[in-house]
Formats: sequence, structure tokens, C-alpha cells
Amino acid sequence: MTAATELRAQQDRGRKVAQNREKWASVRTYVSAAVILFWCLAPAYWMVVTAFRDVGYTYDTSLLPTHVTLDNFATAFDTSFGNRFGQALLNSVFIGVTVTVISLVLGVFAAYALARLNFRFKYLVLGFILGASMFPGVALITPLFQLFTNIGWIGTYQALIIPNISFVLPLTVYTMTSFFREMPWELEEAARVDGCTQGQAFRRVIMPLAAPAIFTTAILAFISSWNEFLIASQLSNDATQPVTVAIANFAGAQPQQIPYTAIMAAGTIVTIPLVILVLVFQRKIVAGLTAGAVK
Amino acid sequence: MKTPKFLLPVATAGVLALTLSACGGGGGGGTTAGADAEQGLDSRGPITYVQGKDNSNVVRPLIEKWNAAHPNETVTFKEQTDQADQQHDDLVQNFQAKNANYDVVSVDVVWTAEFAAKGWLQPLKDKMALDTSAMLKPTVDSASYKGTLYAAPQNSDGGILYYRKDLVPTAPTTWDEMMGMCSVAEQNGIGCFAGQYAKYEGLTVNTSEAINSAGGSVLDADGKPSLNTPEAKEGLENLAAAYADGSIPKEAITFQEEQGRQAFQDGKLLFHRNWPYVYNLAMTEGSSQVKDVLGMTALVGKDGPGASTLGGHSAGMSVYSKNKATALDFLKFLTSEETQKFYATQGSLAPVLGALYDDQELVAKLPYLPVLKTSIENAVPRPVTPYYPAVTKAIQENAYSAIKGEKTVDAALSDMQKSIESASAGQ
Amino acid sequence: MATELGPTPVKEPASGGTPIHHGPKGVGEDNAIASQGKWASWLLAPTIVALAIVIVYPIISAIVMSFQKDAALDPVTGLFAEGGPAGLSNYTNWIFQQCAAPGGGTVACPPGTLGSQFWSATGTTFYFTIVTVTLETILGFWMAIIMARTFRGRSLVRAAVLVPWAIPTAVTAQLWLFIFAFEGIGNKLFNTTILWTGSEIPARWAVIIADTWKTTPFMALLILAGLQMIPAEVYEAAKVDGASAWQRFRMITLPLVKPALMVAILFRTLDALRMFDLPYILTEGSNNTTTLSILVVNQIRQGFNSAAALSTITFIIIFIVAFIFVRFLGANVVEQQTGAGKGKK
Repeated sequence: MTAATELRAQQDRGRKVAQNREKWASVRTYVSAAVILFWCLAPAYWMVVTAFRDVGYTYDTSLLPTHVTLDNFATAFDTSFGNRFGQALLNSVFIGVTVTVISLVLGVFAAYALARLNFRFKYLVLGFILGASMFPGVALITPLFQLFTNIGWIGTYQALIIPNISFVLPLTVYTMTSFFREMPWELEEAARVDGCTQGQAFRRVIMPLAAPAIFTTAILAFISSWNEFLIASQLSNDATQPVTVAIANFAGAQPQQIPYTAIMAAGTIVTIPLVILVLVFQRKIVAGLTAGAVK
Repeated sequence: MKTPKFLLPVATAGVLALTLSACGGGGGGGTTAGADAEQGLDSRGPITYVQGKDNSNVVRPLIEKWNAAHPNETVTFKEQTDQADQQHDDLVQNFQAKNANYDVVSVDVVWTAEFAAKGWLQPLKDKMALDTSAMLKPTVDSASYKGTLYAAPQNSDGGILYYRKDLVPTAPTTWDEMMGMCSVAEQNGIGCFAGQYAKYEGLTVNTSEAINSAGGSVLDADGKPSLNTPEAKEGLENLAAAYADGSIPKEAITFQEEQGRQAFQDGKLLFHRNWPYVYNLAMTEGSSQVKDVLGMTALVGKDGPGASTLGGHSAGMSVYSKNKATALDFLKFLTSEETQKFYATQGSLAPVLGALYDDQELVAKLPYLPVLKTSIENAVPRPVTPYYPAVTKAIQENAYSAIKGEKTVDAALSDMQKSIESASAGQ
Repeated sequence: MATELGPTPVKEPASGGTPIHHGPKGVGEDNAIASQGKWASWLLAPTIVALAIVIVYPIISAIVMSFQKDAALDPVTGLFAEGGPAGLSNYTNWIFQQCAAPGGGTVACPPGTLGSQFWSATGTTFYFTIVTVTLETILGFWMAIIMARTFRGRSLVRAAVLVPWAIPTAVTAQLWLFIFAFEGIGNKLFNTTILWTGSEIPARWAVIIADTWKTTPFMALLILAGLQMIPAEVYEAAKVDGASAWQRFRMITLPLVKPALMVAILFRTLDALRMFDLPYILTEGSNNTTTLSILVVNQIRQGFNSAAALSTITFIIIFIVAFIFVRFLGANVVEQQTGAGKGKK
């Protein structure tokens, strides 16, 4: 009897120790999460505070909001001086979504070939794709501008979409390739044995498992395209310019005045849809989880 | 061995690309500029006007007015960004691509020589002549290259010395006088003087002002650098010495226009060199502490008013334009008295017509006009040279080091001289 | 056709994985490989075409131009005239920091010309790259580990982590310029009077801080995706076996996340070597923060052909770095063919 009680007591102690350790680990996690939140959001907080600050007090350094006004947001969207911020937002979203979808599709195709198939020149192709990321973007602008002027595509959406796709493709291909390499391909083979075609097996078995990689790559592609400025500034016109160019076009009421508050307001407006987008994608990232289910 | 099939699309793309590049123009200047300048002199039709950001909403009403009067020769407004560098690069890109859609372009005064030498601007002479007799001479000089007018002066700008009327009742007239008043600044615990000394175009402006005000010049009449003169040395030495002994506060090395304006508005500077735009903001912004004590005067020089740098823009006609007769009429419209007055009243932009500076209505609206007129009349353009980008870089790099005390003034000027000589020797 | 890029980065699988063929070749295998090749070419064609048009064409165009001299001023007419062929002079002028001398020939570039900044720009670029990539990797890894854990508010943290990267670079640069102003919130919060953009060490660190803040989410995201591919049972089995947290990290996490980590580091390095936006807006390249890309942009204003030569030199430098990376640091994403993948677990 005593032995059993002793054993139970030991187990209880063991459990308590484990629980304590878990609690500490949990506390450490929450503290770390708080630090991360602070590091990421503190400068953004300053951006938001400045966005709500009256332009006459732009350089006020009080940490809490002072001289609160919505004027800067109104200025950002004001179209009377030719600002087209609202239109630019739509342009950015359109371009971003198109670039993301196309580069994902192309990337998945290419990654499948590179990770799964055997062929000559594989390393040559890999090197070529990586090589496209090595040339300074700033030097590509002039030749691209001349090319697109010659074919009359300046100011069109395709002039913005195609270069963005090309800039994003190397990353997309390499990311997807490295993830496809880790996939349990024997599952796909099992599915084929069960009667699926290669395409079906890929779609039904592999893609769900690759979901984290796909959605991660989608976010990377979208934000890269969102952030792109150099090419957009040269190849777009008033109607097709994305937000990066529109914000660069903000100006103060006087020449040489830099409208910090309006720029911060624009930055705030631009970040919100992205945060929402990411929150939506969050669930998808989590959903496709656990390759362990394979076993 | 089978030829990998994907080589085919790649090869196609390659051939396509090379063909396109053969069709398009290359980089660099144009030797056929002469031929382009003869084209389209009599044609009329719609044109496009290209300008940087229209902060004060003057351009759109003007264009509406023109379009109402010229329904068959409408003007479309293409607005660039607010940044001078980006405006410059955008114009260069389009000129290199021989874009016929840029008919009339607004050029910063320092770009005229460069664009003219590259054969991109239509010479405004003979059939395309423009009357400039009523304009302030420095503005006309800055729009000319090798004796020919290449752009129509549109609006002008000059430096103004702002000061605190409550601390210094009478404005100084020479540099030494101003430095002598720095004791007042020390007593009040504020900085004495600041301009724009960050490493950007504003530094070139301030440096050439310092050199010109001391009697020297960056380039001589033939466009060759002339920096190894005692006057140039005195000019740059003024700035370096003032920074070293604290008359120019240490943080001024990070000042562009906005930072300097902020420091002055916060009451942290006794004297401040800046552009006229500060006046409006210093008088109206909520956080400004100098509303009631704002004084303005011309820049200080060696023995009298200093030589301000000439700012402003001119309107040029592209040689690739198809409707040059219309473009010329539009240039005349932009330089007409009515338009110039509108620039001043609506946009607070200094006009180029001398007579307007004495117009009572305008002076009532822009009290700094008399000061500005003196400033512009004594203004010296920044170095007029087709190599302006290289020259301004040379000035910026060396003046920055000299002011910070990292280099002696002699070494800085000598390096500036050599750099400019090297740039002009052709790369 | 794509061989202008020089030797391929890796000729054999770096870790000595088995090459493609097993055993003697039969006709069936030959056909299988050929048909795989055909499949592969169709799958890869769109990608290659897109890259060829947008990237290869401008590169070829730039290289062609780099062998031309920039236009020089004809003293008689006062107009610029096309320069003639330049041979390799554009390249040698950059590498040896030579500039045109007034009487013809070349002279060592005086301070104030762009030609005198080549080596310092190269050094600055490498400095920025090494520091930012190291910081971002460590920070990003730490963030990814935290985000991979289960706790309440995890989605909030994940969304917050993306905020720095989602803000357009133009806004970020202005924001940090604002924060780092002499009278800005940066100095005020820490009660300092640092001239952030006014001297070398603060200016470099201003760029590094701003860039790290902005780009760590990129690393964190990729590493997180890699972490999430590791099945939970592996950790549990290790825990049962008594492995400590550090041992679990070293023996399980690191090796299994290595592919994603390597891709992240490789691309981040390539991007850092081409850094332009942030230093340009924050400091315009003053105080030794001029990167090679900033030098290119400045040179474009003074002569495009010489700028093309500089871009090509930059390209070669980056290529060498990538080669070293892939060859010796194991960033080869296709080492060990599909069969060997089974053995990983």
C-alpha cells in the first residue's frame, strides 16, 4: 500500500514540477510576445500618432496624441489638387493580387519541375533564376523604360504587373522548391496507385500539405509588389500609379514643405488592409498544418 | 541529346528583345538634334505641359483658362513628383526616349544648360523668339546657354535672411556684422545662424552663396572652375569657422529646408537663411513661436548685400514636340503679366517681370517682395554648366567635409577644382 | 542561351547526394528521363520567358552600353556628342578609381567625384549586408519560434509582425527620418543629442536599425513556414527521450528548418547587397552610407554608360557572393533527389 501511495505522491510531484515548468515557459512566451509586439509596433505607433496630429504641430514630440485632427486623412484622399490616393490604393491592390496569383502559379509549376523531375540543365535553370535577382534594380529602369515606350505600354497595367512578376519569381520559385523537396511524395504515389492521375494526386494530396508554404509565398509576393517603387514611378501614369508613387507625389501646401503628417496618414491607411489580409491568411496557414498526419 | 525545348521560348524572347532595342533609341546625347529642332515649327494642336507637383494649385486654373480660349489647342497637365531629383530623372528618361508627348516642360534653373547641351530644348530664337526685355536679368541669364535663350523664365526664387526682430532691432548688412551679433544669441541660449548644410542640393546653394557673397565664383565666365582664389577661400572659410566655434549649431549639419525652418520657428535660431516659403508658414502655423517677431532682409555679403543663389523654374520647349507653334504661344501665356500676377497672388511664387515687384497690391499680399527683389537682382545663378550633376556633387562632397572640419578649406577647394576639371574633361 | 551568367553555381549536389541515375541505363529509363525533361520544359517555360524579357534583356542592353563611352561635350558647338567605343575603360576606371584628366588620359579620381567612391561604396555595402542579415536572421528566428508556439493572441502577434514590412518603404524611410531628426522622438525618448544623420557611426546605425525593423518580418515569415513543417511528434519523441530544449533546437529544429532558413538568408543577402531606398532617403548616402546602388543612381545622372558598367560590376560581385553561398554554405535547394527525402524523418 505504502509503495502505491509513494508512487502516486511521486507522480504528483512530477506533475507539479512539469506544470511549473510549463507555466514558466508560458510566462516567458508571453513576455517574448510582448517584446515582439512592442518592437514591431512602437515606430508604427509613432506613425499613427503623427497621422492624427495637426500639421501645424508636425514636430511635436509628445508621446500621447495631441492636437488630434482628421485633416491629414482628408488631405490624403483630397482629389482637388490631382492627388489620386484612392485610385492608387485600388491600383495597388489590383496589381498586387494579379502579381501574386500569377507568380504563385508559375512558381508552383517551376518548383514542381525543379523539385520532382529529373532533367538536364536543372542547375543551369536554377542558376538562371537566381541570377535574375542579382542585377541592381536601379539600373534596369532605363532599359525597361525605353522598351515599354517603344511598344507603347507606358501607363498600362501590364507594364507594372509584368516587371513585378519577374522580380518576385526567383523568390517564389526558390521558396516553393525548397518546400516541395520536403513533401512526402510517397503519398502522391500512393494516391496514383489508388487510381488518381498525377495532376489529381498533386492537387488533392500535396497541395493541402503545401498550404503553409503557398500562403507564406503569397504574402511575400503581395507585399513585395506592394512595396515596389522604382519601376512603378517610371512606368505608370496618373491613372495607373500605385500607392508608393502616389505617396511620393504628396506635397505640402508650400513648395519645399514636406507634408509629414499627410504621408503618415497615407502610411496608416495603407497598412490597415494589409493587416486585415494577413489576419485572414493566418487561418489558412494554420489550417494546412501537421505533416505528421501523413504517418 | 534532345535540345531542351524551353530554349525555344527563351531564344524567341531574346530575338524579340534585341529587335526592340534596335528599334528604340540608345542612351546618351543626340547628334541629330539639329534636325529635330527644325521640325514642327508651324504646327498647332494639343500639347502637354509637364511640371513638378503643383503645391499651390496655380497650374490647373491657368490651364483651364487657356483651354477655354483655345479649344483646338488644349493643354494637358502632366504632374510629376515633388522631388527635384525625380523630376530631373523623369525628364531625362523621356527626352532620351524622344517622347513626343512632353511638349512644354518646366525645368529647374540649374538644368537648362545640361538639357540645352544635350540638344533636348528648342532654341527660342528666330521663329521661336520670345521677348524677355521686361524680365529680371538674372532670370534670363539662367535660362540661356551660350548666348541663346533655351527656356522662358517662369518664376523665380532667391534666398532671404530671416531674423528675430525682438532680439536684433536692426538687420546686419555684412557677414562680419552678423557674426558680431552672435553674442546676443549666446546670451539668450540659442543658435546664431543656420542655413542648409546636409549633403544635398541645398548645400550647393548655400556654398555658392557663401563663395559668391565673398566675391568669388565657382566657375569663371568660360565655365572653368575658379575655386583657387582668396575670395572663394574666404567664403567657405566663413562657414567652416562659424561651424567650428558654434555660431552655426552642430545640428545644422543635418538641416534641409524643413529642419531649419522648424528650428527657427521654435525660436532656436537668431538668423536663418531660407526660401520665401517660410514666411507664410512661420506666420500661420500653430506651433510657430516667432509670429510677431519675424524680420526679413537680404542675405549678407562681404561689404554689403550678399549674392543669393537664384532659384526658380523656366518653361522649355522640347525639340521632339509636334506642335511647336502652340507651345510657343503657351510660353508667351505663361510669361504674360496676368499669369505672373496670378502666380504671385495665388501661389506665392515670385514673378520674373520686374515691374510687378513694385505693384502695391502684390506687396500687400507678399510683404517680402521688396526684399526678394533685391535678393534676385543681386543673385548669382549656381554654376551654369552642362555638367551640373557632376559639379554639384563635387561641391557637396567637399563643402560637407570642410564645414564639418574633416578637411581644411584649402584642401576642399582644391579637390572641388580638380573634380570639376575632371568632370568637364569628359568621362 | 542563358549561359551569359557564367558557370552554374553548383555542378554536383553539395552534400554528395546521389546523382540522378541509379544502376545501368536501360531504354525505358532514357525515355523516362526524356519525357521528364519535356514535362519540365513546359512547366518552366513561362517563368523563364518572364525573366528573360524583364531582366535578361535590360541586362544585355546595359552590358552593351557599358562598352560605349559617355557623351562628351564638343567645345565648338557646346552640344554633347556621342562617345565612341570605350573598350573596357569604363570598367577599369571604376575599379582603379581613375577619372578623365583635362589634357586627356586618366588621373586618380579626386574626392568629390563619383569615381573616387567605388571601393568605399563596396565596403559600405558589405558592411550593411553582413550586419543587417545577421541581425535579421537572429531576430527573425527568435520571432518565428515564438510565433510557432500556441498561446492566446498568437494571430495578433503574427499580424503585428508584418506591420513593419507592410508599410511602403517610402513611408518607412520618412518615418525613420522623422524619428532620427535631431529634435525628433528618437533623441527625446532616450534623452540623447545624437546627430543621427550627421556623422558616420550614427548614420550607419540609423540605416541598419531602420532596415532591420523593416525586413525582419520577411525572415520571420519564411522561418515560421519552415518551422511549421516539422511534425510535432518528432519533438515529443525527443522529449520522451529526455532531450533538453537546447538539444532539441540543435538536433531537430535547426536541421529541419535549414532549407527554409537558407532560402531566406540567400535572398535577403542578395537584396541587402542591392540596398538603395532606405539609405538614399535617410542620408542620401552621406557619411559613408553610400551603397553601390546609390552610386549607380548618382552615376546615371552623369553618364549612363559608365553607370551600366558599374551595375555590371555590382552584378558580378553579387554573383560571386551567391556562388560562395550556394557552393559552400549549402543553400542548394535541390540537393538529394526525391528518393532521399524519405530518409529525412
